[in-house]
Amino acid sequence: MSDSLQRTPLYDLHLSLGGRMVPFAGYEMPVQYRAGVMAEHQHTRTAAGLFDVSHMGQAHLHARSGRVEDAALALERLVPADILSLKTGRQRYTQLTDGNGGILDDLMVSRLGDTLVLVVNAACKEADLAHIAAALHDECIVEALPDRALIAIQGPQAGAVMARLAPASADMRFMDVAEFAVAGVPCLASRSGYTGEDGFELGMAADGAVRVAEALLAEPEVAPAGLGARDSLRLEAGLCLYGSDIDRGTTPVEGALEWSIQKSRRTGGARAGGFPGADIILGQIEGGVSRRRVGIAVEGRAPVRGGARLFADEAGTQPVGHVTSGAFGPTFGAPVGMGYVETAFAATGTPLFAELRGRYLPAAVAALPFVAPGFKR
Amino acid sequence: MTVYYTKEHEWLRVEGDVAVVGITAHAAEELGELVFVEAKDEGTEVAQGDSAAVVESVKAASDIYAPVSGTVVGFNAALSDDPSLVNRDPEAEGWILKLRIADAGQLAGLLDADAYAALIA
Repeated sequence: MSDSLQRTPLYDLHLSLGGRMVPFAGYEMPVQYRAGVMAEHQHTRTAAGLFDVSHMGQAHLHARSGRVEDAALALERLVPADILSLKTGRQRYTQLTDGNGGILDDLMVSRLGDTLVLVVNAACKEADLAHIAAALHDECIVEALPDRALIAIQGPQAGAVMARLAPASADMRFMDVAEFAVAGVPCLASRSGYTGEDGFELGMAADGAVRVAEALLAEPEVAPAGLGARDSLRLEAGLCLYGSDIDRGTTPVEGALEWSIQKSRRTGGARAGGFPGADIILGQIEGGVSRRRVGIAVEGRAPVRGGARLFADEAGTQPVGHVTSGAFGPTFGAPVGMGYVETAFAATGTPLFAELRGRYLPAAVAALPFVAPGFKR
Repeated sequence: MTVYYTKEHEWLRVEGDVAVVGITAHAAEELGELVFVEAKDEGTEVAQGDSAAVVESVKAASDIYAPVSGTVVGFNAALSDDPSLVNRDPEAEGWILKLRIADAGQLAGLLDADAYAALIA
């Protein structure tokens, strides 16, 4: 079974750094290195962590007409975000939706010259690209980029590190994209990530990945961080994990992601609707939803994990929702979680009780994120 | 004072009719830094192999199984505020719970230090 797992171009580097490899989305990935999840998390929050995210799917979307506006308009048939107004050198977060308003995947879309660049989740990448290619075949060409690696450098000192290695990076602000070389390797950089910190994601040809990673790791601020730290960092940052916090059974509005649906795509907007499930999703923006994704803070130190049920009462007789992700938050210093609750119980501060090993622990709806973001606006 | 080990990576130190139970250095290393530890309430009777305590790392919860049948008679209260004590000193200060041994005959079925060392080698 393990021989069916794929490896990223940084596999040997992970081993040399003491990475503990685990199967994840069809890849052998480092869950942690020698320092451990807690230390890697804290290092990313205070200095800079380096993450291999090469398992994620990268693709280019070209219009057959050659006009990037045509590719943008075509992609708007599949996602609720405004892609047409995305300026060159900018990135935006959105979702692929289905006819019921459910989420097939969440993704980042960048515009660079005459191309849209997509970054999708590893576990969904084949399905996503097939879906996009089938739906947009008449206007667009989807070019999967399986031979590209992706490296994230995240943390308050990521900007200083990158400015040293690639001076052009210093001019970038949150959600900018630009092309420049790092250690002589041409990279496509976005100033974004999945930790709530300032930082960059660097895409490059697979054969240049080790050179970039080693150049970054040679900087004194940078230490490698694995999937374990990536998960606790994103959870503290209030960011969704596809497959846990959002999926085909949740809409972007239930998932509290309507901030990613710009006015132009909403009812009354210039290009309102026109994406799968638009009637349901736009109806929910207008009329509300019966449940919402919220932050969950639990009293005490025991982390409440995904799947735990949430109740309105201490006796556990009135179920109002469930936890979708939960862990101990090393920076927050207490358990952090998120989940879905009935809308009447979704206001910040609403007391709840979380089921854990047959008991009902006092909890409350918490504002997201748990840790203030460090983005360079 | 005899120390026994289990295939589930617990250790057990016999003090009279009480067993002090913890996890091995190997287990602590594998789990990573612990963020929470709790044992069954004092007075709870557990059969050999039942869950007697839970340790949580950042990523996951793991059960600690009773190495022998008995009654929970103590929990290391220091772990409530400082669960990572288990990582720093797993086989001494980082002990987890005490069990009053119900059937000392079960001790003979546990591993000794050499057998445990061979298991994790």
